[in-house]
Amino acid sequence: MKIPDKTHKQITLDHGSGGSASSELIESLFLEYLTDPVLNRMEDAAVLNVRGKKLAFSTDSFVVDPIFFPGGSIGELAINGTINDLAMQGARPVCLSLGLIIEEGLGFKDLERIIRDIAHACRKAEVPVVTGDTKVVPRGKADRIFINTSGIGIVEEGTDISPARIRKGDAILLSGSVADHGITILTSREGLEFQGKLQSDTCALHKMVQGILGNLLQSDSISALHALRDPTRGGLATTLSELARSSSACMEIFEKEIPIAAPVRAACELMGLDPLYIANEGKFIAIAEEQYAESIIDVMRSFPEGQNSIIIGKVTDNYPGRVVVHTGSGGSRLAEPLTGEPLPRIC
Amino acid sequence: MKYIDEYRNPDLVRSLSAEIQRKITRPVRIMEVCGTHTMAIFRHGLRRILPEKLYLVSGPGCPVCVTPPGLIDAFCKVAGRRDVITATFGDMIRVPGSSGSLADARAKGADIRIVYSPADAIQIARDNPEKLVVFIAIGFETTIPLIAASILQAYREDINNFCIFPANKVMPPALETLMKDTSLNLDGLLCPGHVSIITGSEAFSFLAEDYGLSCAIAGFEPADILLAILALMEQINEGSYRVDNCYTRAVTAAGNLKARELVQEVFTPVDSRWRGLGTIAGSGLVPKGKYADFDVTRRLAIQVSEIDEPPGCLCGEILKGMKRPSECPLFGKNCTPSAPIGPCMVSNEGTCAAWYRFGVESI
Repeated sequence: MKIPDKTHKQITLDHGSGGSASSELIESLFLEYLTDPVLNRMEDAAVLNVRGKKLAFSTDSFVVDPIFFPGGSIGELAINGTINDLAMQGARPVCLSLGLIIEEGLGFKDLERIIRDIAHACRKAEVPVVTGDTKVVPRGKADRIFINTSGIGIVEEGTDISPARIRKGDAILLSGSVADHGITILTSREGLEFQGKLQSDTCALHKMVQGILGNLLQSDSISALHALRDPTRGGLATTLSELARSSSACMEIFEKEIPIAAPVRAACELMGLDPLYIANEGKFIAIAEEQYAESIIDVMRSFPEGQNSIIIGKVTDNYPGRVVVHTGSGGSRLAEPLTGEPLPRIC
Repeated sequence: MKYIDEYRNPDLVRSLSAEIQRKITRPVRIMEVCGTHTMAIFRHGLRRILPEKLYLVSGPGCPVCVTPPGLIDAFCKVAGRRDVITATFGDMIRVPGSSGSLADARAKGADIRIVYSPADAIQIARDNPEKLVVFIAIGFETTIPLIAASILQAYREDINNFCIFPANKVMPPALETLMKDTSLNLDGLLCPGHVSIITGSEAFSFLAEDYGLSCAIAGFEPADILLAILALMEQINEGSYRVDNCYTRAVTAAGNLKARELVQEVFTPVDSRWRGLGTIAGSGLVPKGKYADFDVTRRLAIQVSEIDEPPGCLCGEILKGMKRPSECPLFGKNCTPSAPIGPCMVSNEGTCAAWYRFGVESI
C-alpha cells in the first residue's frame, strides 16, 4: 500500500468542519488566489478604514440541520451569528443583509416561522435587515433552506481588539456554559431521549461587548481588553488554540472553572464527546489585563446572557502557541484544535 | 455528576498517585489494552501525575485501529454500489485504505450514514426497502452483543435488506498472541473494563496463570485507573500473578451471560486478521447457520484482499506497544489527524491521535 496522495481530490465534510482541514483549505486555496491585506488577517470580520471611520464587515452562511431545534432555529442563528462576528471585533452592528436559498417544496408555514424568528432576533438585537435576496432551487438541490447573512458595524475610536495584543499575565474570561448548542443539535437530530432540558445558547453578544467597552472607556482603560472570540465550531479548545497560535502565547485553563450544564455534561459523558470541542452560538472568550478582569466579569454578569461569566485561566509563556488544560482531577494536558467532523452541520 | 465526580476527586487522585509513587521501586511497564483507557489517561492528564519509572504502553484496544487496510478497501467497494446504503460508526469513516476512506467514497457519491447503534441501521433498512443496508460491524465484546441483537431482530421481523460486514474481533486470543511475544517485557496489564463487563473477570485469568502476568481490571475514571495501577504495583512487588477486579461496580467474575448467549446464538468464531498482529485464530466472528445470510461478504460474494500497510507507518508496532508514536517517521509530519495515514492517527481512541491531540511529547 502506497502513502495516500495528500492533495484531496474532492472536498470532504472535513473541509467545512471549522477545524484544521478548513484552515488548510483557506490558506492553501482561498488566500492563495484572493490574497488581500485585510483578508489575510483571517479575522471573523474585516475591519476597514473608511474616511477616518473604522467599519467592520462580515458574512456567514447557515446550513444547520434540523432547521428548528430547542432554543432556536436557523433564522435566529443566522442573525445572531453575523452580529457576533462583528461584535468580536468590538464593533457595534448597524445593519444586516439576508440571502435565502430555498429548496422547492419547503412548507410556507416553515418559511414564515423562520422569518418570524429572524424578525424577533433583529428586534431583540436592535439591528435591522436592510437588503435581501431569495433563490429557489429544485427539490434535492439544497436541504430545505440555507441562509447567508452579512453585516456592517462601526468600531469606535480607541477600540483595538486583536490576538496580537495578547500578553503574558492576561486573564482568560468566558461568558458562560459551553457545549449547549452543539449537544442540543446533535441530540435533537438523533432523537436521543435526554433532550428535555437541553437548549441552544444562540443569542447576540454585541450588547454585552458594548457594555464592557463602555465601562472600560469610562475608566479610561479601553486598551485593557485585548482579544474577543466566540467559540463556535470546534468549541472552546479549538478557539483558544487559534488565539494561542496567532499570539504565540500559552493559554492555560482550569477545567473545574468551566461551566457546563448538567444535562450537557451527561450527554457528553454518554456519547464520549469532549465538551471543550463542542460548538457554542452565544458565548465569547475575552482576553484582558488581569487587573481589570474582575470588573469586566461584573459587567458581563449584569447581562442575562452573561450571568455565568467566569475567569477560566491565564495567559503564560509555558508552552508558546499551545493550550494547557489543568484537568478537574489534578492532571494536565495540551489541547489541539479539532480535526474531523464530530457534529456536522451545526450552524 | 453522580458516579463520575467521586472518581475524579482531585484529593483522592492525589493520594492514589502518591501511593503508587511510594510503591514503585524499579522501572515498570504496564500495558493498557483498551483504547478508552488510553483516551481517559490522556484526557485527564494522568501521565503528569504518575511516576517517571512507570511506563504506560498502549495496546491493540481500538477497534478502528486494528482493522486492516484490505478490509477498509472492501468496505469502500461495497459502499460504492448504487444499491447499497452503508451504516457505520463515525470513527471508521476517515480511516484510509489503499485507495481512500469511506469519507472519500461518500464524497464520490456513496450513501454512507453515521449511526450510533446497529439498531439505527435496522431502521434505515425499514425506511429504504429498495436498498441493501450494510452495517460495518467493528468493535469488541462490548459492541458484539448489540450487533447480535440487531441480527436477531432483523431475522424475527424478516428484514431481508439488512446485513453486516463482519469485522468484529474478540480480545482474549489477541492478548494471548501478544503475551507470546516475549520482547514486550510487560510487568502488568490493565484489563479492559467494558469488555470485562461482558466476558467477566475470569476470561483474563489465563494471562495470570499461563503467562505469569499481573492483571487488574480497571474502570475509566481517573481514580479507577490509578486504583488498578496501584493493585498492579502491589502484585508486582509481591511477585504474584492474578486478576484483581478493581471495577467491581460494573464487572463480575462471570460477566453478562445473557449477552454472551446472544453472541453464541448468532455468531461463530473465525480466524481474523489484525493490523499489526497478523492473522489470529478464532479472533473474529461471522453470522452462522440460519443467520449466515446477514453476512454481506457471503450475500454479495465479496473477497477481502490482504494489503500491506503503508511504508514507514508503524501502526503495527505501536498497536503492540513496541514503539511510541514519536518513533514513527510519519508521526506529526506526513501523518496528522487531518490527513491520517495509519489508523492509530484517525480513531478518537488511537494511540497516535491521543499523543498528537494531547501533546504528550511536549508536556
